[in-house]
Amino acid sequence: MAEQRQPPTRHVLGSFVLIAVVVGASAGAFAYTAGWLTPQRLTPNKLVDAFAPPGGPALGHRRNHAKGICFTGVFEANGNGSALSRAQAFARGDYPALGRFNLGTAESDAPDATVRVRGMGLRIVTPDGQEWRTAMINAPVFAVSTPQAFYGLLLASASKDPNAMNMFAAANPEIAGFGAWAEKGPWTGSYAEEQYNSLNSFVFTNSLGTDHTVRWSLLPAVQPVAVAPDELAKRGPDFLEQEIVDRVSHGPVRWTMEVTVAEPGDPTADPSKAWPVGRQTVDVGTLVVQQIEAERDGPCRDINFDPTVLPSGMSTSDDPFPAARSSAYAKSYDERTAEASYYPRTKTEAKP
Amino acid sequence: MTTQRFTVLQRLLHWVMAICIIAMLFIGVGMVSTIMPKYLSLVAIHKPLGIAILILALIRLVVRLRYGAPSLPADLPEPMKLAAHLSHFAFYLLMIGMPLIGWAMLSAAEYPVVLFSGVHLPAILPQSDRLHALLWDAHFYLAFAFFALILLHVAAALFHALVRRDGVFEAMAPVPLPARDDEVALAE
Repeated sequence: MAEQRQPPTRHVLGSFVLIAVVVGASAGAFAYTAGWLTPQRLTPNKLVDAFAPPGGPALGHRRNHAKGICFTGVFEANGNGSALSRAQAFARGDYPALGRFNLGTAESDAPDATVRVRGMGLRIVTPDGQEWRTAMINAPVFAVSTPQAFYGLLLASASKDPNAMNMFAAANPEIAGFGAWAEKGPWTGSYAEEQYNSLNSFVFTNSLGTDHTVRWSLLPAVQPVAVAPDELAKRGPDFLEQEIVDRVSHGPVRWTMEVTVAEPGDPTADPSKAWPVGRQTVDVGTLVVQQIEAERDGPCRDINFDPTVLPSGMSTSDDPFPAARSSAYAKSYDERTAEASYYPRTKTEAKP
Repeated sequence: MTTQRFTVLQRLLHWVMAICIIAMLFIGVGMVSTIMPKYLSLVAIHKPLGIAILILALIRLVVRLRYGAPSLPADLPEPMKLAAHLSHFAFYLLMIGMPLIGWAMLSAAEYPVVLFSGVHLPAILPQSDRLHALLWDAHFYLAFAFFALILLHVAAALFHALVRRDGVFEAMAPVPLPARDDEVALAE
């Protein structure tokens, strides 16, 4: 019976060929989707690797903004933001905030005075269980228009070719805005004196379902005082951390959160371009930093300040950076958690 | 020759889940290899689809325990029978395990597990670097093992359908297949 059922040899051969084709094509489609057949694809691994300094990444640390210090405090929403977004973080009230002052460097032990870009990671949690995470920097505009150009910038910065940066700037002229700030903008002696900008745009949706494309900034309550970088260099490698610890120990430090609303035609997709002056701004509340903790065992250490973690009422816009940042931050988080044994913790992790 | 078929519910679950799982694996490898805006869309599908697969897999497990499976042809060589049983066991482990590992991995990273805007799941683990690293590796490598298992499963299914013609493929076919000419000839 079994033998009678056997199809002719030629049919069997054909069947095996068909099976091989089906399996091979499926494996090929999978490999293509995984990017194995397209080595030119810009993957998060490539982007994250491009941050590594010549001596290799600081193991166990963030791959960029590697040096930082944690803070906790409260976001006091004044209710004005509710006109723009239905997120609970904008309903009048106080919500716990957790964050991290940081330096835009891949070196976890960079001297503070050597790093131009200062940043703040922030997480606001609301009683409805939702979270708003954001990571902002003190530059008024971003260096480039697209994530691909940013990758090019990382490669050019790391290049041994002395002409690489000039060639990059020629091909990406939008870098001039950031360059002017980096060169001529004031340096300050404190994290408390910096303005932190989202740079990327996001879409806020209010309870009526109306969308507005916005950017936000944290404006310091402390009056900034310009200090020359060589003067800052004399203050020691960790002066920013020491200063903020000292300052907050004497009393909370505040920032006003200001949301700027785009008008049709504004360059919402390009963080290297400022929006025209005179756009509507809404003061939505105050960030109050109440306590500083060393990153080592601080509450910000294990948080990925992924700017796409947004509460209902906020979403990403046509700006391509938040997606690229989310993808790269996740990769950075995966790498540093895998390297946790290299991180200089002082307390042992509680065994779950 | 086996003439018994899986129940309609089992066949429906199989084919719906086949589409979901294959889509899930492609979304997974695609999303971790891109920084384009589609990254966010893929992640936004990956999470609720994973939970949907978990729920379907649990239903399917109950249905399988209740209704069983058609017996394999008596003349199927023992190693192939063993492979069939082991592969089914591995499928259930992966269908239930992968979503749980993903959920646990996000929990260990202290990411909110958002299914839809405003709808999120509780953490099932406390934040832990070491657990996150372990679960991330497990999720990543098991995904490739899962896809390899699917390829093996497809190859075996086609082998049963085209070469052995023993009714195993027909037992799970979405619709009853017409009897082949040679089978008709045999019946006559």
